Amino acid sequence: MLPGFGPALGFTLLYLSFFVLIPLAALVLRPWEAGFGHFWAVISDARTLDALRLSFGASFIAASINAVFGTIVAWVLVRYDFPARRLLDALVDLPFALPTAVAGIALAAIYAPNGIIGSLFAPMGVRIAYTPLGVMIALIFVGFPFMVRSIQPVLEDLDLEAEEAAATLGANRLRTIWQIVLPAIAPAILAGFSLALARAVGEYGSVIFIAGNIPNVSEIAPLLIVIRLDEFDYAGAAAVGFVMLSISFLLLLALNTLQDFISRRGRS
Amino acid sequence: MSRSATRRDPGWMVNALIVVSVIYFALVLLLPLGTVFAEALRKGLGAYLAAIADPEAQSAIWLTLIVTAIAVPLNTAFGVAAAWAVTKFEFWGKNALVTLIDLPFSISPVISGLVFVLLYGAHGWFGALLDNYNVQIIFTVTALVLATTLVTLPFVARELIPLMQSQGADEEAAAVTLGAGAWRTLFFVTLPNIRWALMYGVLLCTARAMGEFGAVSVVSGHIRGQTATMPLQIEILYNEYNSVAAFSLASLLAFFALVTLAIKTALEARFADDLAAQRLR
Repeated sequence: MLPGFGPALGFTLLYLSFFVLIPLAALVLRPWEAGFGHFWAVISDARTLDALRLSFGASFIAASINAVFGTIVAWVLVRYDFPARRLLDALVDLPFALPTAVAGIALAAIYAPNGIIGSLFAPMGVRIAYTPLGVMIALIFVGFPFMVRSIQPVLEDLDLEAEEAAATLGANRLRTIWQIVLPAIAPAILAGFSLALARAVGEYGSVIFIAGNIPNVSEIAPLLIVIRLDEFDYAGAAAVGFVMLSISFLLLLALNTLQDFISRRGRS
Repeated sequence: MSRSATRRDPGWMVNALIVVSVIYFALVLLLPLGTVFAEALRKGLGAYLAAIADPEAQSAIWLTLIVTAIAVPLNTAFGVAAAWAVTKFEFWGKNALVTLIDLPFSISPVISGLVFVLLYGAHGWFGALLDNYNVQIIFTVTALVLATTLVTLPFVARELIPLMQSQGADEEAAAVTLGAGAWRTLFFVTLPNIRWALMYGVLLCTARAMGEFGAVSVVSGHIRGQTATMPLQIEILYNEYNSVAAFSLASLLAFFALVTLAIKTALEARFADDLAAQRLR
């Protein structure tokens, strides 16, 4: 029997209690302290509902766009050889490494009406920064690596025999990809989608600079938490946080179930 | 072997997909990265250096280093202890414990800051108690450390757990049988075996700790020169339309992010077997 079980587990539990368990207990218990009426008033407020709709809606669209392009990028990085492939592969993780505030001000500068890309769209009357469109752009940046890094290992391990068999049987390449490859990586795409979505819903730093933060229009749920706290409405802030976390949790549960279902069907 | 597929895909398809990927990379990743450096240098090297030499910027840099220097060792000690307990022993509730360790990754940074205000803020559960003893936590460096530690808590542990799981406890058992104590076993048997994964975890933890924004933003109070870390100082400067100064500070963090990516890629290439278990994040 190895030594150190007691101290190691004891320290782990103490540390987790202090940093995770007790703080999260406050998040679960405090929304109700001003009564259920207050909780409901905060949650059913149009501003809260709009913020939640924006956070989840923009996250969903951003994750969907990344699902398409992330799959293409993963495919290209795994299957094709071209100059700078290794460099691009390493750069996939940039959104993990680059602080969110840094990404946030850079995106705001690019998509502002006088920015490199913003100025291309401004004459057409299309505004990107300071609208929900800007929120979505920031969430695409944030979610990108989750998608690619979920699909890459599955594509690498994919058995080439099935593809070759299909080709031998006369299926053209596109049909092989559509009917053999895509179903095989579908669970990985969904897993990446879930991770990107979960991250995007809670994202703050990269969004607030480009969002413009107009109440009911481009104000995300995490920002509303900050605003409620600034008003010393602890119960209100906790309520928004609690609801945000609950919806995320249910959404991820549903996506995981779907992922299980797809991979089981793929195997049978 | 897999790259032979290049030959089987029609040429137009290979080219089209590579072009699409490169454009997506350029638009989504490279453009923001380049913008940071371009905006920082827009008024010349002099303005750039002046922005970084500014006393408030210097104090922000120091504060970021201090907070990181406390949070990362804490989470490293935690990661080693948690991985030791989880992988070398069997006990009830182990899976729940591992889930709990991963939990901070799925929480919004803003919520990670919020929970400490709910506990230690003026109207927090322990607010009155702390007030009695004249202790303030929220809007001080202590709060910055708490929030940063919570956000970066899983990095080291989740890197070590899969590796130590696959290594088992045989070598440790042999060392103990030969008369080594717990600390000796840890330092001379376990740590050398996990050093690259440990370094990898510490690297990611450090990068995130230095760049954390949402959680520290909630608990900091944005007191210039006192509780403004680099990302917060960037926010303050940007909101004052001092774009060059904001991007100058941001360029330091962006440079650090690139160094992180380079070390990370080198570690992954050389010690793939140790790190393969957990590549995401």
